[in-house]
Amino acid sequence: MHIRILRYDPDRDAKPYWKDYEVALEPSDRMLLDALVRVKAMDDSFAFRRSCREGVCGSDAMNINGRNGLACITRLADLKGTVELRPLPGLPVIRDLIVDMTQFFHQYHSVRPYLINDDPPPERERLQAPAEREALDGLYECILCACCSTSCPSFWWNPDKFVGPAGLLQAYRFLADSRDQATGERLDDLEDPYRLFRCHSIMNCVDACPKGLNPTRAIGKIKELMVKRSV
Amino acid sequence: MALAVRQFDAVVVGAGGAGLRAALQLAEAGLRVAVLTKVFPTRSHTVAAQGGIGAALGNMGTDSWQWHMYDTVKGSDWLGDQDAIEYMCREAPKVVIELEHFGMPFDRNEDGTVYQRPFGGHMQNMGAGPAVQRSCCAADRTGHAMLHTLYQRNVRARTQFFVEWMALDLVRDASGQVLGVTALEMETGEVVLFHARATLFATGGAGRIFAASTNAFINTGDGLGMAARAGIPLEDMEFYQFHPTGVYGAGVLITEGVRGEGGYLLNKNGERFMERYAPSAKDLASRDVVSRAMATEIKEGRGAGPNADYLLLKLDHLGPEVIDKRLPGIREIAKKFANVDPVREPIPVVPTVHYQMGGIPTNYHGEVVVPGRQGPNTVVPGFYAAGECACASVHGANRLGTNSLTDLVVFGKAAGDSVIRFLRENPGHKPLPADAAERSAARLARLDGQRGGESVHVLGNEIRRTMQAHCGVFRFPDLLAEGVQMIRALSDRVARSEIQDKSKVFNTARVEALELDNLIEVARATMVSAHARKESRGAHDRADCHDRPGFPNGRDDQNWLKHTLWYKEGDRLEYKPVNLKPLTAETIPPKARAY
Repeated sequence: MHIRILRYDPDRDAKPYWKDYEVALEPSDRMLLDALVRVKAMDDSFAFRRSCREGVCGSDAMNINGRNGLACITRLADLKGTVELRPLPGLPVIRDLIVDMTQFFHQYHSVRPYLINDDPPPERERLQAPAEREALDGLYECILCACCSTSCPSFWWNPDKFVGPAGLLQAYRFLADSRDQATGERLDDLEDPYRLFRCHSIMNCVDACPKGLNPTRAIGKIKELMVKRSV
Repeated sequence: MALAVRQFDAVVVGAGGAGLRAALQLAEAGLRVAVLTKVFPTRSHTVAAQGGIGAALGNMGTDSWQWHMYDTVKGSDWLGDQDAIEYMCREAPKVVIELEHFGMPFDRNEDGTVYQRPFGGHMQNMGAGPAVQRSCCAADRTGHAMLHTLYQRNVRARTQFFVEWMALDLVRDASGQVLGVTALEMETGEVVLFHARATLFATGGAGRIFAASTNAFINTGDGLGMAARAGIPLEDMEFYQFHPTGVYGAGVLITEGVRGEGGYLLNKNGERFMERYAPSAKDLASRDVVSRAMATEIKEGRGAGPNADYLLLKLDHLGPEVIDKRLPGIREIAKKFANVDPVREPIPVVPTVHYQMGGIPTNYHGEVVVPGRQGPNTVVPGFYAAGECACASVHGANRLGTNSLTDLVVFGKAAGDSVIRFLRENPGHKPLPADAAERSAARLARLDGQRGGESVHVLGNEIRRTMQAHCGVFRFPDLLAEGVQMIRALSDRVARSEIQDKSKVFNTARVEALELDNLIEVARATMVSAHARKESRGAHDRADCHDRPGFPNGRDDQNWLKHTLWYKEGDRLEYKPVNLKPLTAETIPPKARAY
C-alpha cells in the first residue's frame, strides 16, 4: 500500500513536505490506523495522535484523500490507490498530522457545555420522560474529534468568532435537555452575527461527521428557538 | 538537571473517570489543583466503557447495597477487601444520582427514573438469584456519557488541566513522603517538576501488556511504572480480566450488556453452551467463568469459523428496535470491525484482555498503603490513587461488569476528599530533595544518547506476545516459569531501547519509549506474581491447581487467601491478609463459587 503524508516538524523543517511510504500490510490489518502504526514502526519520527482505535475517543481525526475522518474506522478496503494524508485543515499545525486544537476547544467551552439548573438537587434523580431523553439522541454522542468544524469554511474564516458546528451541536444538546434551565441565557449568548449566524448551511459538517451526527439540523433548531421566542 | 518547578496544592495525574471525579472535588473545594493528562480528558479510556455503572437504585424492582456487596465479594472469589466493597456498594447509589444531577444522559423508564439492565454476576437475594437489573446505562455508551459529563462539570468548576503532559516519575523525600511528579510537556519537550502537597494517581490500567486487548493504545500502566520505580509495591497483579466478548481479530469490546438485554453465546453446533457451565446464571455468569467456558469450547474443537477459533454472540432475536435503542454502538462496531450486522447475524467473539484487577495498594479512602511501621497497610503520606491503577481492593480476583465505573466515581471522590483533609492538616510544601528530578533526567538522557539499542516497537511487541502466550486464560506452571525468564531478559533489553527521532516538538517516539519503561514493570509484576500464586482463583487459572475436595475450583484458602505485593527491587514478593471484616455488615465467609 502506498501512503503519502504531509510532514512538518518545526524543529527541523523550514516548510511542510510530502513523504511517501510503501507499507506491507498483513491480513489482520483492517483500518487505516493499522497501516499508520506500520508507518510509525518504519519511521518513528512520524507523529500523529491515536488512542481507543474504535472511533469513540476522537484522537485520530485527519484529512484522508481530501476528506476529514478518523483513521481507526476508515477501512483500508475502501481506500483506492495512493492515500494522501494531511492534518485537519484550518487549525495551526504543531507537527505532521498533529494540529493545535486550542481554538476548537475554546469555542466548545464558550457555549457553557454543562447542565445549568439552580434548583436544589432532589434526593433522587431528576425525572425525565423517555421522550425527553430521546431529544438528546444524536447530540450527546459527539466525540469532539473536530472533523466537522475543520471542514467548515465559516470556521476556517472566523475560528475566533464563529462557534462552529461541534460547539453549536453541544449548545443545542443543553438547550434540548429538559433538565436545563438556562435556555434564555444560552440563546442570548448565541444571538450574534458571528457566533451562530456564520453558519450558511453548507452542510460539510454533516458529511464529515464520523459518528453520523447532524450539526446543521441542531443549528436549525437553535434558530427555530430564537424565532419562537421573538414572536 | 535544572528545571522549572511549579507549585500546586495537589496534582492529579490522569483525567479519566477517577481523575476527573477527584479533580472536581478538589476544584470545587477551591484548591489549586493541576490535572496532568497524556490525552485531552475526553479521550481517556473511560470513554470506551459501554454497558453501565452498577448501583442498587432499585428502579426496576427490589435491590439493596447488601445484595450488590454479596455479588461483588463472590465475584472477587473472596479476594476483595470487604470494608472497601461495603463502602463502594453503599456509596454507589449516591454517586450515580450525583452524576444524573451533573447532567449525565442516562436512559429512562416510563416513570422518568434511570433505566437499569441486568449484568453478569448481579443477582437478587444474596446471590440466590434470579438476575437483578442494577446496571444504570446510557444506551451502550455509558462511559462516553459519564466521561463527557464529568469533563463538562470540571469546565464549570474551572479546573486547571495540563493537556498532553506525560508524568514521568514520582518525587519522594527521604522519609518516603510523596511531593509531586516530574512531567513532560509533549508539545515542547519541556520537563517540569510539579511540586505538590498531595499527589493523586488516576492513570488507568495496563491492558496493553497483552497482544489481544480491548484497551486503548494509551493504557500502558504509567502510574504503576512510576510507583514501582519509586519503591511502592504493586498488589495482586496476577489478576487480569479476560472479557468474554472481544471482536474476533480486532479485540474491540462488545458489552456484556448484549447478554444483559437477552443475547447469548453459541458454539459451532449452535449449542447454547453456557447452560452446561453455569446452569443457573448461564450467559450472565461472571466474566472469568464465561471466558474460561469459551476457551474450553475452543480448546475442545467446538469453536466456530474456518479455524474453529471463535464463538458466536447471537442477538438478532432481540429485534432491530431493541438493538437500535439499547445497543446502537454495538451495531456500529460489529458492522465496522466484524463485517456483520447483528440485526441479522451473530458476532464472532473471543475472550480478550480487558481489565487489571490489581494495582497500587490503597485503602477505601484512596490513600496509598504499603507495609511499614503501622503494619501491612501503612499510609504513604501525600500519595493517593483511584480507579483502575489502584487496588482498594474491591475487585479481588475478578471484577463484575459495571463495577469499574462505580469504582472510578466512588473512589475518585473518596480520594479527593482524603486529599482535602490531608491538605487541611498539613499546610505548606515540604522542601524538595536535591535529587528530586534525577531519575527522570537520567531516563531522558539515556534515551537521547542511546546507540545500538532496539526499537520500541519491536520490544513492545515481544512483551505483548510473551504475556499472551505465557500468562493467558489458562496458565501452566512451566510456561509461567519460562515467562518470568523471558520478561526479565526483555527488561534488560528495554533498558537499552532506542529511538531515532530526537526532535523536541511533539515527539511521540519519545513518549512511546517512556511508556515502554512502564509497560515492562507491569508485565514483570504480572508474570512474577502469577508464577508464584499456586492456586486457581477468579481470573487466575492454573492447570496444576484444579477442582478437588477442599479446593473448590482449585482455590486454596488455607494458603492463598492473601494479597500479593510485588516490589520492583529484585522482583521481591510479600503477602498481606485479605480484609474479611466489612465496615458495618456481617462478614461474607468464603465458600465454593457457582453460578
